[in-house]
Amino acid sequence: MTAMKLNDEENDILAGKAGPVPKQALLHQIKVGEFFGASDFVLVTQAHIMADTESLGEAGVRWLEGLAATTEGQRRVRIPTITDPRGTDFANAGLLGQTSAMLDLERRTISAFEKLGVAMTNTCINYQTIQAPTRNEHAAFGDTGVVIYSNSVCGARSNFEGGPSALAAGLTGRTPRYGFHLPEQRHGTLRIKVDHTPTSLNGWGALGGVIGRIAGNYWAVPVVEGLEGAPKSDQLKHFGAAMASFGSIALFHLVGLTPEAGRLSDVAAAGLPLHRITKADVEALQRAYHTDDQVDVVVFSAPQLSLYELGDLAGLCDGRRFSVPLLAVTSPQVKPDSDRMGYTARIEAAGGSVLSGMCFYQSYAREISEARGWKRLATNSAKLVNILGGYGYRPMLASMESCVDAAVSGKLVRT
Amino acid sequence: MSARVFKARHAMGPIVRGRALVANDGFSARYDLDRIKGIFSRPAHKLAGQSYVGRILVLDTAKGGVATAWMLHEMKSRGIVPLAIVLNSVNPILAQGAALGDVAMLAGFEEDITAAVSNGAEVEVNPQESLLKVI
Repeated sequence: MTAMKLNDEENDILAGKAGPVPKQALLHQIKVGEFFGASDFVLVTQAHIMADTESLGEAGVRWLEGLAATTEGQRRVRIPTITDPRGTDFANAGLLGQTSAMLDLERRTISAFEKLGVAMTNTCINYQTIQAPTRNEHAAFGDTGVVIYSNSVCGARSNFEGGPSALAAGLTGRTPRYGFHLPEQRHGTLRIKVDHTPTSLNGWGALGGVIGRIAGNYWAVPVVEGLEGAPKSDQLKHFGAAMASFGSIALFHLVGLTPEAGRLSDVAAAGLPLHRITKADVEALQRAYHTDDQVDVVVFSAPQLSLYELGDLAGLCDGRRFSVPLLAVTSPQVKPDSDRMGYTARIEAAGGSVLSGMCFYQSYAREISEARGWKRLATNSAKLVNILGGYGYRPMLASMESCVDAAVSGKLVRT
Repeated sequence: MSARVFKARHAMGPIVRGRALVANDGFSARYDLDRIKGIFSRPAHKLAGQSYVGRILVLDTAKGGVATAWMLHEMKSRGIVPLAIVLNSVNPILAQGAALGDVAMLAGFEEDITAAVSNGAEVEVNPQESLLKVI
């Protein structure tokens, strides 16, 4: 294993001249960098930390509190560092059946992050709400949906940076140069030809899921051909989030659409394996999740909803009355606009709830299921159905319209 | 009979020895595990219902999201953790999680490691030499 080359500033950090917290962060980064054969570090402009308390547990929260207890002046992040969704919306914790212990853990985590100088944005759609990265901008993003969108749609450069590594990048202002920071890693490894362009968000998510399954691992870069028109941000949000979830994929190219793939030859060498995906393949993935006709809860989340999605949902809620709970989850940046536009009130008038700053699967989903008796869950998020099976749910994938109908009748119509 | 030895391209953590739990399937702590019971819980996973505690997991590839980077550390704090993780293909999240949790990890072999190692075999994970040994 070759040692990473460090510059003077990095040697100073390693010598403890910036204090124990940056030193600890750099040591962690060297461990990971050398594991992947990184030659050196690359400066990053922003970091984004996934750190819900279900993942951290008591041990992770204590670890964070240990960093936060360091002397002021030696513990703060040195680049803009923001957060992924939290594990609760404090205003709606009762609706979710969350316990005071969970909320205490959340409060301790928030307090520790604030002492470290982290901005609590609590969003997984920061590319829509905070600041989208630009082409070739090196970043340390910590949500797979954020990484794949930023790499693919924006042309930025990030690996999946889990919470400890994203925080380390915030504290040192750099990350090991490996993976998708390297130009040669961004070339296509397989071609995908589609014969059908989805129109619904669940259709885009299902297509992303099918591609993710085919591509199969983090280092695969699918090059997709055959899509018609110009996909919208929300469509690519669901497409990428599902591809990352089903396949651990961090970068895709859409020929003629995404910035690095003006032409097929820009990203795909001759002779790459070619896979064809039909409309039937996409529908088959969706049907595979339709395992029941009854629904206990409807959830729109993963990723958090944009203002446009909430506007569409509000339109579907007008004049309706729900018989089962309907949860719509958005970011703290979008929620005030949803309130101002009247979308929140229209969703709530039908019996739904708009939650903010969390994501359903990052909020103790297993305990929510047990506390509320929610098993059969309908959603338009392919990412969410892929995750929730392991949490004991029977998740079902359908259009936003069908999900709203299911919230009214308690039954999900097969399509 | 001499040990069979497999060289890994990526290695991290302490030397450990134990029984292998093998499947040609992926791994994500959030997607696949009931971390309270210490078992694989995703119904479609090939190890569904089996305990991973104290076993050396030999699996195909890292899957899913970023939560495993925290979860290995949390699982280790409760002693409900695999002894080591061995993969054909790793992603940054599992490596970052192994680094924080000090869990032994090997990845990247010349052959399909899930086919080369039998389920239940006694194996040694030696990250210092980047070697997996079937005893």
